[in-house]
Amino acid sequence: MTEAFLQDFEAQSGTATAEAPEWLESIRRAAMERFATTGFPTSRDEEWRFTPVGPIAQNPWRPALGSAGVSREQLGPFVFGHPEWTTLVFLNGVFSEALSSVGVLAPGLRVGSLSEALTADGAVIEAHLGRHAPTISSPFTALSTAFVREGGFVHVPANTDVARPMHLVFVTTDEAAGSVTHPRNLIVIEPGARASVIESYVTLAPAGTYWTNAVTEVVAGANSWLEHTRIQRESERAYHIGSTHVDQDRDSHYRSFSMAMGGALARHNLHVRLNGENVEALMYGLYLTRGEQLVDNHTVIYHDQPNCRSWEVYKGVLDGRSRAVFNGKVFVKPEAQKTDAKQTNRNLLLSDTAKVNTKPQLEIFADDVKCTHGATVGRLDDVALFYARSRGVPAGEAQRLLTYAFAAEVIEEVALEPVRDELERLVRERLGAV
Amino acid sequence: MTAKKKPMLEIKGLRASAGDKEILRGIDLTVNAGEVHAVMGPNGSGKSTLAQVIAGHPAYEVTAGQVLYEGKDLLDMDPEERAQAGVFLAFQYPVEIPGISNAYFLRAAYNEIRKARGLEEVDSMDFLDLLEEKLRLVEWGPEIMSRAVNSGFSGGEKKRNEILQMAVLEPKLAILDETDSGLDIDALRIVANGVNALRRPDRATVVVTHYQRLLNHIIPDRVHVLSAGRIVKSGGKELAHELEARGYEWLEEGVGAAS
Repeated sequence: MTEAFLQDFEAQSGTATAEAPEWLESIRRAAMERFATTGFPTSRDEEWRFTPVGPIAQNPWRPALGSAGVSREQLGPFVFGHPEWTTLVFLNGVFSEALSSVGVLAPGLRVGSLSEALTADGAVIEAHLGRHAPTISSPFTALSTAFVREGGFVHVPANTDVARPMHLVFVTTDEAAGSVTHPRNLIVIEPGARASVIESYVTLAPAGTYWTNAVTEVVAGANSWLEHTRIQRESERAYHIGSTHVDQDRDSHYRSFSMAMGGALARHNLHVRLNGENVEALMYGLYLTRGEQLVDNHTVIYHDQPNCRSWEVYKGVLDGRSRAVFNGKVFVKPEAQKTDAKQTNRNLLLSDTAKVNTKPQLEIFADDVKCTHGATVGRLDDVALFYARSRGVPAGEAQRLLTYAFAAEVIEEVALEPVRDELERLVRERLGAV
Repeated sequence: MTAKKKPMLEIKGLRASAGDKEILRGIDLTVNAGEVHAVMGPNGSGKSTLAQVIAGHPAYEVTAGQVLYEGKDLLDMDPEERAQAGVFLAFQYPVEIPGISNAYFLRAAYNEIRKARGLEEVDSMDFLDLLEEKLRLVEWGPEIMSRAVNSGFSGGEKKRNEILQMAVLEPKLAILDETDSGLDIDALRIVANGVNALRRPDRATVVVTHYQRLLNHIIPDRVHVLSAGRIVKSGGKELAHELEARGYEWLEEGVGAAS
């Protein structure tokens, strides 16, 4: 179906003008050429060995065309935190000004739709778009760049502490059945600034089949602080491919939480490059799978500079015949002495038929480093179950309680309390925990 | 003691195994309401197994005998049913549960027991009120309740947490499995005060211990010595002192000589 994308590409290129300056047109075209060369990955591709993308590659996805109308009430289940948070809503790939609320912004802070920002903030976008998420990293990223149109744009000026979190909500409705959207986000945190950004991928068509191909680029300037939460709650019949590429400058602190609970097939790539000294990157993840779901997390950390710390914990709870894939790569360059890297992947199986493929990969070229990794796949501990039951908690409740505890442990790492509460609520809702 | 004693726990000819290894080889023991019994014995004698079998630990299989709790067949009940009926085991090794707070866990347990008894569940505010008094009993502030269950607790803190749970759940039959091991003198006093504060004529306590020292603080009505899966001697509180002075060896040959 690579051909279909080429046709769609030519159709969109013919019409775009004001929203598509020349520089953008040229990176789009280069990206399309890249995708035309590679096509979709196959299971022979090491990066996609356990995640067959045939259902995506063979489906004639139409470009999504927005939505006739969604009410604020319908979005109720997906919007959380404080009403004063900045919330940007995208319906089937199109920005909805009516459903978004930006509020009063700190001086110099830019937050809004990428397509609108192209006019006023063209220089910032030109400096960064496509520079952090290279098209060679994945055919899906190439496709995203070829079809760049809309997404969230956040630009936090230097030394600004943005107290109010910014929530980007991507909603798919049943009007988008059989369609693809390519949400594209750019988050630029200038030196000394501090912010919290949440991305939510949600649906009003819980049985809908559609495809979300999302890419987010993050630039964390020197001495900046960013908490970045990603909540993937797509339809369990949908496809979701997401890539997050982060570039961190010296003394910056980046913390990511990636929650995945939707998708028939869902993949998230998180690439974090530590470009300066004394960088800290904390990467947490939680996936809850059931039925026939396949959820894949691939993370890559590039320790390019000395004295940096990366800390990664991904946990999974698998039920039914679902599958999870975890692949965590840590590259430590020869000059990256005093690197402190720890990676953990823990999986809890609730059924006999769920399956996990987990693979940590450390490639270390420096000699004075502390790098550890560990992966576990197991079941609930019998003694812990007995402990809860001996306190009067019935067996079924005890199982749910301990499963919830397993998941909640990693949620505790989220800094922002309303986000933590929302993630806990989602887990409780999914597990039916006490 | 009045002539009309009401048995709370009656163990008759109890045999239990872990895998193909028989650990309890015929235990007979009756504990009446209002009494405190100490079960002592050397390592490997079966003390902890006895405690865990009473609570319903799934690792042990009861191969013979009977355990009655208030006249009902305890062995026929699931662990949670035993707890709901008023049986409590303070674990020798309390389990760490990262991810949920002490308050969340204890309220869940408290409410499950209330539900089973047909009582209304309490909300978190009312539960905090109730906790306040119980926390005082173990000389703790409220901070401990927001920490994950036993997670990163010291050995002493874990044991104190067991006593706190016991104080909140108010069991009729409490079994303390080596609750004194690893405690410093202050923690020992706190644990003992907690146990003593819960003593009532309609409740009973079984203290399983290797050492006599806890029994200076919790005075037992009866002391039993377990050896190789059998009670080899029973007596009053003075038996504990004798064991402290003489050790267990003099009893180990006398298997079957229970008085």
